[in-house]
Amino acid sequence: MPEAMPHRAPIWNFLFGRLTLDSLPFLKPDLEGRIVLVTLIVVAIGGLAILGLITRKRLWGYLWHEWFTSVDHKKLGIMYMILGTVMLLRGFSDAIMMRAQQAYAFGPQMGYLPPEHYDQIFSAHGSIMIFFVAMAYIVGLMNYVMPLQIGARDVAFPFLNNLSFWFTFWGAILFMVSLFVGDFSTAGWLGYPPVSELQQGSGVDYYIWGLQLSGVGTLLTGVNFVTTILKMRAPGMSMMKMPVFSWTALCTSGLILATFPVLTATLFLLSLDRYLGTHFFTTGFGGNVMMYINLIWVWGHPEVYILILPIFGVYSEVVPTFSGKPLFGYSSMVYATVAIMILSYLVWLHHFFTMGSGADVNSFFSLTTMIISIPTGVKIFNWLFTMYRGRVRFTVPMLWTMGFLFTFTIGGMTGVMLSVAPADFLLHNSLFLIAHFHNVIIGGVVFGVFAAVNYWFPKAFGFKLDEFWGKASFWFWLVGFWVAFTPLYIMGLMGVTRRLSHFDNPALQPYFIVAAFGAFLIALGILAFIIQIYVSVVRRKAYAVGGDPWNGRTLEWSTSSPPPDYNYAFVPNVHARDAWTDMKKHGFQRPLEGFHPIHMPKNTAAGAIIGALSFACCFGLVWYIWWLAVASFAGIIVAAIVHTFNYHRDYHIPADEVRAFEHSGNWQPDAKGASA
Amino acid sequence: MNTTVADTAPSRFLCHEEPHAPNGTLLGFWLYLMSDCFIFASLFACYAVLGTSTAGGPAAAEVLDLPGLAVNTALLLVSSVTFGFAMLEMARKNQRAMLAWLAVSGLLAVGFVTLEIHEFLGMIAEGAGPGRSAFLSSFFTLVGTHGLHVSVGILWLIVLMVQLGRFGLTEANVRRLQCLSMFWHFLDLVWVGVFSFVYLAGVLR
Repeated sequence: MPEAMPHRAPIWNFLFGRLTLDSLPFLKPDLEGRIVLVTLIVVAIGGLAILGLITRKRLWGYLWHEWFTSVDHKKLGIMYMILGTVMLLRGFSDAIMMRAQQAYAFGPQMGYLPPEHYDQIFSAHGSIMIFFVAMAYIVGLMNYVMPLQIGARDVAFPFLNNLSFWFTFWGAILFMVSLFVGDFSTAGWLGYPPVSELQQGSGVDYYIWGLQLSGVGTLLTGVNFVTTILKMRAPGMSMMKMPVFSWTALCTSGLILATFPVLTATLFLLSLDRYLGTHFFTTGFGGNVMMYINLIWVWGHPEVYILILPIFGVYSEVVPTFSGKPLFGYSSMVYATVAIMILSYLVWLHHFFTMGSGADVNSFFSLTTMIISIPTGVKIFNWLFTMYRGRVRFTVPMLWTMGFLFTFTIGGMTGVMLSVAPADFLLHNSLFLIAHFHNVIIGGVVFGVFAAVNYWFPKAFGFKLDEFWGKASFWFWLVGFWVAFTPLYIMGLMGVTRRLSHFDNPALQPYFIVAAFGAFLIALGILAFIIQIYVSVVRRKAYAVGGDPWNGRTLEWSTSSPPPDYNYAFVPNVHARDAWTDMKKHGFQRPLEGFHPIHMPKNTAAGAIIGALSFACCFGLVWYIWWLAVASFAGIIVAAIVHTFNYHRDYHIPADEVRAFEHSGNWQPDAKGASA
Repeated sequence: MNTTVADTAPSRFLCHEEPHAPNGTLLGFWLYLMSDCFIFASLFACYAVLGTSTAGGPAAAEVLDLPGLAVNTALLLVSSVTFGFAMLEMARKNQRAMLAWLAVSGLLAVGFVTLEIHEFLGMIAEGAGPGRSAFLSSFFTLVGTHGLHVSVGILWLIVLMVQLGRFGLTEANVRRLQCLSMFWHFLDLVWVGVFSFVYLAGVLR
């Protein structure tokens, strides 16, 4: 049921809903209030500095016209990557706070975080890392790379792509606002009832609406990418000639289409319970909590494969390039991806073997979970066999890949341990589980994102990232990961449960101190990554490269770095799997005359406007500010209808402009680029 | 490389004519409909689990009104037929007749939504609102979500009729009408599911 409104004059309740000065945690005099206040000051100073800089350099017009309203898949991809990185810093601060608390709060010492605050932190950490870090990163990568790889000029629905970004962006902002206005959910990253139904205040509502916004954005991305891949591949690129990264993008987008609606529906039902007093997941009036747990995992398990599949695609691009060989077992790689996509739908119950569904049901899900490790194993062997007898270049992307092969394989094996239902009864909700999924998500997804950033950065910006700081980042992350999570594996096997803000047994403290030290090493890894970007930008002249710095194999390396708005002056005609290698082998030379005008989509402000209105609507819903919610919802409808009256959504880049770029763009691999 | 321009034959690797870009809108819209199907699937699943959890309140057979339902269903199914007629007139480029059939379809759908709201208000007045039991929560949500879709469809239809009136049967408008047509028939199909699974099975139970 909705919460009662504050006692005050009705006009205030009308204007501000249940938002009161007491909702602002940084005004409270306790330690928690102080922490939030300091954070707020730091964020405010940093934010004002950035805004001031943009204003002083008169960049608002440029940002608005070239980026915020852009429908260019490349620019949207870069914006997703920036969003992911900013949110990584937020999510990681949460991690450091938890590690510090657990290393410290033993016996009489209660630590610096009260349980209520600690619960908010682990809930925020999990949901931010999945929705706004990992998802933003993989959607960003698919956005940037996939259309280039299939020889397309943009995605099938460029406006929707922009809209998706803004939904995701404003969902993230909603999460950030919850830091300073109100509180956050304490119900974990999946918002389990009954906690998520009983928790008073705005926390769970922030969680619900933030995820609804980003979920809709992701769903639209799924529609967009499947259509793009099925309809817009360059002539000659049959499905089995498509680069593996694009294949994984297809399978991931298919999974998004089939699972994100379930998330939308589930959160919708939860919000009905909270706002209108229905009884889907309450324990009285016939509701069923396990309904929620089942539904959320019907989305939640495929979700982890949504994250990892494109990253498998990244490794499948990196390994052949730096081994100087075609990918070993291309077809088996494709079939393994498809098999994982299908099987990922049949394992959700392994998240709650303890539900009590009986031995037969548990056995089924136990077996499907074990079976899904087979196609994954096929992939691991394919990458190893690609490296075997290749001329392996130990570049930064390759280091991340090898770190992944080692780390992820172990994470996969602990996953098989958890899939054994009787063992799971003991390991359920323990730190062993925490160690396992960080093992596969950090060792798989995060390592892969860093591999991808180091691999495609030269394509996106025309210069390489610094090797030294890249390697430093890799080693800090790799060592830091193992130092942080090995103690959790050990403690989990001993039966220590997750999500505790305080421990009585002092024998556990050394393990937590080691884990905190590991988190510190990871912090250095993140710092090294930021330094790497900074150093490379400063030295961009020295690090400049041409269109094909790595001796790449797929089409994106055949165009300039960075590519022109239109990607390709002439649409490629594909004859073989590694299309660019094939072109190079046949002595392909880029034509410098005979260009045509190119048909391109126009930028539009509709996505940015609808996104901002949807944020206002959700904020109104969180705080029961009904006039705001209704007005901004009406605004969304009007903006969408006005947008449909715009029939002139495209234009032609004149042939002269194309010619000018083709003569001036950045193609020729200079000495540094070719020798790397 | 000592090859002449003819030998390197860029045409082997490049399309010198811009290939005709196929329009993906219909496929994209179809994919969206399939994802919408999963929303309904989740709501159907909830109803399947919670449909008998009446918590001492009224059961399906006591609150559902079959004669009203017959009228309701007829309105929606006929609106699908009339929408089909509109599409036939579109194919004949007969804009006036097309708009007339679209208007008929819209009115039938308005009738459907009106009857549904009437049914909902009646149930709430009898004390059988969505907060009474898990069965009623899942009933109102499933049927209401369908009704919400129909209402969105009506709004879309009105906007599109304005656009058809102003800009005529342009390529873009034809595509939009095809999408709306798919949406309309899709909602009919979902209603057949609601009708059989919620109403008929509920009354039999």
